[in-house]
Amino acid sequence: MTPPILSLQNVEKRFGKNHVLRGVTLDVAPGESLVVIGGSGSGKSVMLKNALGLMTPDSGNILFNGEDVTQARGKARARMRERVGMLFQSGALFDSLTVWENVAFRLVNSGTLSRAKAKEQAVETLRKVRLGPDVADLYPAEISGGMQKRVSLARSIISKPDLIFFDEPTTGLDPITADAINDLIIEQVRGLGAATVTITHDMASARKIADEVAMLFEGRIIWRGKASEVDNSGNAYVDQFVHGRADGPIQPAL
Amino acid sequence: MSNASTRKRGIPNPLAWIGAATLGFFAEIGRLATFSAQVKAAAFSPRWYFGQIWKQFVQIGFYSLPVVGMSAIFIGAALALNIYQGSGRFGAEQFVPNIVVLGITRELGASITALMLAGRVSAGIAAEIGAMRVTEQIDALESLSASRYRYLYAPRFLAALVAVPMLVLVADIIGVMGGWLVSVYGLGFDSTVYLRNTLDFMTRNDVLTGIIKAFVFGGIIALMGCYQGDKSKAGATGVGRAATLSMVGAAVLVLAANYVMSTIFVEVGL
Ligand SMILES: Nc1ncnc2c1ncn2[C@@H]1O[C@H](COP(=O)(O)OP(=O)(O)OP(=O)(O)O)[C@@H](O)[C@H]1O
Ligand SMILES: [Mg+2]
Repeated sequence: MTPPILSLQNVEKRFGKNHVLRGVTLDVAPGESLVVIGGSGSGKSVMLKNALGLMTPDSGNILFNGEDVTQARGKARARMRERVGMLFQSGALFDSLTVWENVAFRLVNSGTLSRAKAKEQAVETLRKVRLGPDVADLYPAEISGGMQKRVSLARSIISKPDLIFFDEPTTGLDPITADAINDLIIEQVRGLGAATVTITHDMASARKIADEVAMLFEGRIIWRGKASEVDNSGNAYVDQFVHGRADGPIQPAL
Repeated sequence: MSNASTRKRGIPNPLAWIGAATLGFFAEIGRLATFSAQVKAAAFSPRWYFGQIWKQFVQIGFYSLPVVGMSAIFIGAALALNIYQGSGRFGAEQFVPNIVVLGITRELGASITALMLAGRVSAGIAAEIGAMRVTEQIDALESLSASRYRYLYAPRFLAALVAVPMLVLVADIIGVMGGWLVSVYGLGFDSTVYLRNTLDFMTRNDVLTGIIKAFVFGGIIALMGCYQGDKSKAGATGVGRAATLSMVGAAVLVLAANYVMSTIFVEVGL
């Protein structure tokens, strides 16, 4: 068995009294598409930020390609981030840069490409997320929310990372564009061999892109299995979530 | 956080409040010092983002010219009037040009400019960085292997170190001009005599001390803006608070540093 590209071991994170992650343990194999589901506010985004080192866990370890990067700084951190892409839930585009400068940021910043070449690649990547070359010179404030999301998606995949985090990639998109995004994620995995961790509430998308599905609940991964098994997981929590029922073991926090 | 909880319980116990505020104050100084050290380390080692430095230089230097010029001319004019009035009490009106140029170059040019920039530049930086923080743009920047210290903070810091002394030089000239305008057109001074007295009396050290102060003020203004923006809390109120705190913080630190430096300059005879 190949060692995991990413491994979270007993990761805990709290904000004051709010104990968000209570021991998350999760492995991601190279070239695997993992979908993480879980209620709103259950800590999915926090989990990704800890994995990427944008937040430091209170305890537990994070391993990237076998190397412990929990407290990594400087060069070690940079080495990891070069290989990882992230689509933020909010898009998080730089509003002082144009769309293509956003998409090509990593290429220009690393100094490996001229601006002209980088722009070519940015336009090409924008096409993959179904955006025409005419948006390249606009500013993020001048395009719609769904378009911003796709620009951000293009930014996360342009450098062909080994591991990509997608935080709700299809939220806010129409069904046709959403499906194109699903195909794009599949292409990253099957075509380019990247491992992906996708957070989504969109079960159609989850079924289509996932090799495996994991569910985060009360700060832990309570279930993980093949995508084909989510409908008969035998787990009451997963069942309730997947079928979107208001009553069941998961009660809304009041 | 502790603020919020004391507020909820109504009027806070003054002793507890003073204790907490004092501890908080020193903790804050520590965090600011650490942050400043990191910005300086990034600013004085490669790699430099020259495009960003230039953009900030234009933003801080060029676009502050109107504000700085307007403040300087009015301060110079008011200074001349007050000195004329005061020195008239012992028949020393002829010293107006000397005292105006001394006051402007050694003191008011730098401190008024810095106070205006605490509002325009420091609060502006804090609001901009704060908005980037709460919209996750700073996280995105770091996730794309760029350091926020190098890409965002160092350029603002370096630009301010260069731009603020230049602005103070401009303020010195315009401030003296303000005094001259009032003296010649309002108080009946002879223009040539006024300018001759100004130039003869002024020393290189008068200008130099102001410029040294400006250099330090520039650093304070940029660092305060970046610091408050960096730790800005989510939401429009968080960003607004960051802007306010940075402006107040920068203004107080500028005035304190001004006093300390004036003392040192007097001690060493500059
Ligand atoms: N920077 C932060 N400071 C304090 N609390 C935070 C911070 N970030 C997240 N939280 C808290 O952590 C919890 C989990 O947030 P998170 O954003 O991970 O939820 P999520 O599972 O991604 O939800 P959603 O599906 O709505 O995006 C929430 O209670 C939130 O208030
Ligand atoms: Mg989230």
